[in-house]
Formats: sequence, C-alpha cells, structure tokens
Amino acid sequence: MNVSIDLSGLGAGFADASIGSQTVFRHCLDALSHPGKVIAVEPSITLSTPAEMHRPAAAILLALLDQDTRLWLSPALRGGDAGSFLRFHTGCTLVETPASADFGLAASGADLPPLTDFAAGSESYPDRSATLVVQCAALTAGSGWTLTGPGIRDRARLSAEGIGSTFTSQWAANRAGFPCGVDVFFASADALAALPRTTRLEG
Amino acid sequence: MKVSDLPPPVERDANFNFAYLDERTKRMIRRAILKAVAIPGYQVPFGSREMPLPYGWGTGGIQVTASIIGPDDVLKVIDQGADDTVNAVNIRRFFQRTTAVAVTSVTTEATIIQTRHRIPETPLHDGQVMVYQVPLPEPLQKLEPREAETRVMHGLADYGLMHVKLYEDIARFGHIATTYDYPVMVDGRFLMAPSPIPKFDNPKMHMNPALQLFGAGREKRIYAIPPWTSVESLAFDDHPFEVQRWSEPCALCGATDSFLDEVITDDRGGHMFVCSDTDHCRLNRQDDDR
Repeated sequence: MNVSIDLSGLGAGFADASIGSQTVFRHCLDALSHPGKVIAVEPSITLSTPAEMHRPAAAILLALLDQDTRLWLSPALRGGDAGSFLRFHTGCTLVETPASADFGLAASGADLPPLTDFAAGSESYPDRSATLVVQCAALTAGSGWTLTGPGIRDRARLSAEGIGSTFTSQWAANRAGFPCGVDVFFASADALAALPRTTRLEG
Repeated sequence: MKVSDLPPPVERDANFNFAYLDERTKRMIRRAILKAVAIPGYQVPFGSREMPLPYGWGTGGIQVTASIIGPDDVLKVIDQGADDTVNAVNIRRFFQRTTAVAVTSVTTEATIIQTRHRIPETPLHDGQVMVYQVPLPEPLQKLEPREAETRVMHGLADYGLMHVKLYEDIARFGHIATTYDYPVMVDGRFLMAPSPIPKFDNPKMHMNPALQLFGAGREKRIYAIPPWTSVESLAFDDHPFEVQRWSEPCALCGATDSFLDEVITDDRGGHMFVCSDTDHCRLNRQDDDR
C-alpha cells in the first residue's frame, strides 16, 4: 500500500500546522476527558479532505499522526485519496492488518471490523493499544446511549448515528478488558466525540 | 475580582517554534496524554526531551504544558502555592516568551495551571487543566526498585506492599506518618503518586471538575486523572485518612481553611503561620479591605 503518492489532486492540510494541530488536539483532549461531549470542530480548521473523509476525522488524524505511527484504513477507504492525503501530510505508514495499527480509520460503523481485531495493549503496557476514528452520519448529545465512568459527573447521553447494533456489546467486552482496550473517536460531518476505554455504555 | 499585578503580555520570540518544542515532539507527547486520560492513573512512557533547564525544575510539567497550550490560553504557574517564587517566575516567563499567552495569578481566570507541589485553595472549574510537575512518578519505587516488577504489580493491581508500608508507619509511630506524596487509588484501579503535594490537597483531587495531567521529565512518564474521577487516599478502617490541621489561622489573612507554611521571623524562636497559596491569601485580604 505504501506506493508513491499522486500529488496532482491532493487537498490542503492545516493552514497553520502548529496552531491547527494544537486546536484539534485540544478538541480531542476535551472529548476524551468528557466522554459523550459533542465538540464542533472550529471553522478555522479548513481542510480540503478527500470526499470520503469527514473534516473532523481528517483533522484528528492530521493532528496526531506522524512518521512514528501506523494507520489502518477500512476497506471502503482504500480505493480513494484518503491514504495519499494522510501519508502526504503526516508521513504515517499504512498497514494491512488492524492488529498492527496504532490508529484505525473506519469510513462508517458498517466498515468497522470487530474491536477485538485491533491491538488492545498488554497488562504491563495497556498504552500499546489502537485509537480508532469512526465516521458516523450524525452525533447528538442528550439522546441515545447512556454513558457513565471517569470524565462524567453523573451520566451523559450520546447518539452516534449509523454505528451499528453490535457496538454496545462489543464495547462492553472492551470495557471489561480494562486497563487494556481501544479508545474510539466518532467523527460526524462537523463534530467529534470520544469514548475512552473507561466508559460504560448502556442502551 | 481584581486582575493580578503580573507584567503585561510580551511579544513571542519568533526564533522559537510556538511553545518551544518541535511539532513532532508535541505530537508524541499529545498521543501519550490521550493514552493517559484513557487509562486514569497509569504511567505512560514518553520520549522526554532535553529542556533549557535541568531535571528537577519541572521539565515534565513544562513539556506537558507546551504540548497543550494554545494562543488563547491563560496560564498560571505556582511553586509550593506561590506565584512569585523562582521556579514559577521562570516557567511563566518561558511560556510568555515562547507563546505570548496571557498570564494570571488568579486561579479562576486561568485555563492552564502548572503547579509544583500544591493544588490551589480556590476550587477548580470545568474546562481548566492542572499540570503537575512530578519528580518520582512510581509510588512503588521505594518499595520495589525494579521497574519490570512494578509494571507487573500495576498490571495485576497487586498493591499489598503499599498497605504494608502504611501499616509499618502505624506500628512504628502510631499513625500513618506519610505527609506528602501520599499514595492514592485512581478510579479504584491504579495506585498513583499524586506528586509531592501535601496530603492536605489529596481530597481536592477526588471528583475534581478539572482535568489533571502529571509530567515527570527525568523519569519520562505522563499520567492523568480525568475530570469527575474517584481518587481515594489509601487508609485502614481503624486508621482513616486524615489531613493536616493547624491550631491558629493564617497570620496575614486569617484563613482557617488553607494549608499554612511556618515562617521563621527572627532568631529567638519567633514564627508565624501563613497561607502557602499566595493568591488565595492576597484575595482574602483584598476582600477584607473592602
């Protein structure tokens, strides 16, 4: 997959690499420390993303990936420009199997393989686990799943449209493996939300 | 509330990248911070960089702050509760020069508070980030020096050794003699060193609305407590956790609810107790004047 990149149709990344990635990282930090909080990505983060990628998904990966990280793309993203876009802007390595990836990007909930396919870390090094970015049609706070756990005062509600009915049972298994497990960012057309591995999901 | 009497904003030194560190280092630290938030209390290894001041002067905290800070942040830096001591002044100037962010000494105005060994008396609020400078991140290190072993102990949540240590305190002194860096359990799972804050501050970590990040530069570890997370100080049923108490109020502002430092005033045994949190003390006195 790591073939040469066709630069002719490549979209622009952050206008200011330093401030752009800092802004998006703070969105990610805010989302991960407040599970279920839906955060609109700043309009100042203008990216010419490939058609199949949502702007928040591209922003998260541009902010966090570099030459040290391995990225897995879901099948629906492999034919398009997503791989070239991310490789050009970040220098990341694309990998074929979910298990060897530090980050995973899924075009939709339907395109997401079982969470257990990804690295979950070990008891001694639970940080050696994958971070997933899953695109979804819409993110709504205040309805849908009920969330509890660190970062949430009492309970929070989040609905991620199109994530699939098996996700909650998969997530329960992911939670049960704590401190091992994957962390998930959801990306809609203009917002992001996150589930760290500590969050319990109901509904 | 009166805004602090700190110097006006300075221009950013364009010879440095924003916030001093290069972008790739910041990314690496940012990935470590996200893992730390996802696994509360677990120490994430990171590639600590050489900083323009020696280990022991807050290099871990500075690297964490440099990786999260943006142009719109308002920074407060304290050293043992004081905004005007050498470590705090230096770190604040470092970030003014490399980021040109606004600085304050007022706890409620700050978005990022970097601290050495205290938590402000004023309660923190949602959206604030506390960054702690940590000398020794591993709470078990004095009991088990081999990192390979402490890693397994954390993996198995095997913390009996720490309870034995606290028990030995009771057997020897009649009470738990640990007064600072008092070990805590985060979210009921990971044993964590809260950095050398007095145990007086431990209860403030529990269910705190602010995000708490810990950086250890020499030991190359980052860990975190997300907002609204249970933080429990270790204790026994018959020897419950207790914080320090003073028999007299602060000699300057009269506060009875703050952590007091003993200040020697002469060489004939004269002394007074004053608030360690200088901003809390200053605002208390300002209120009294009104």
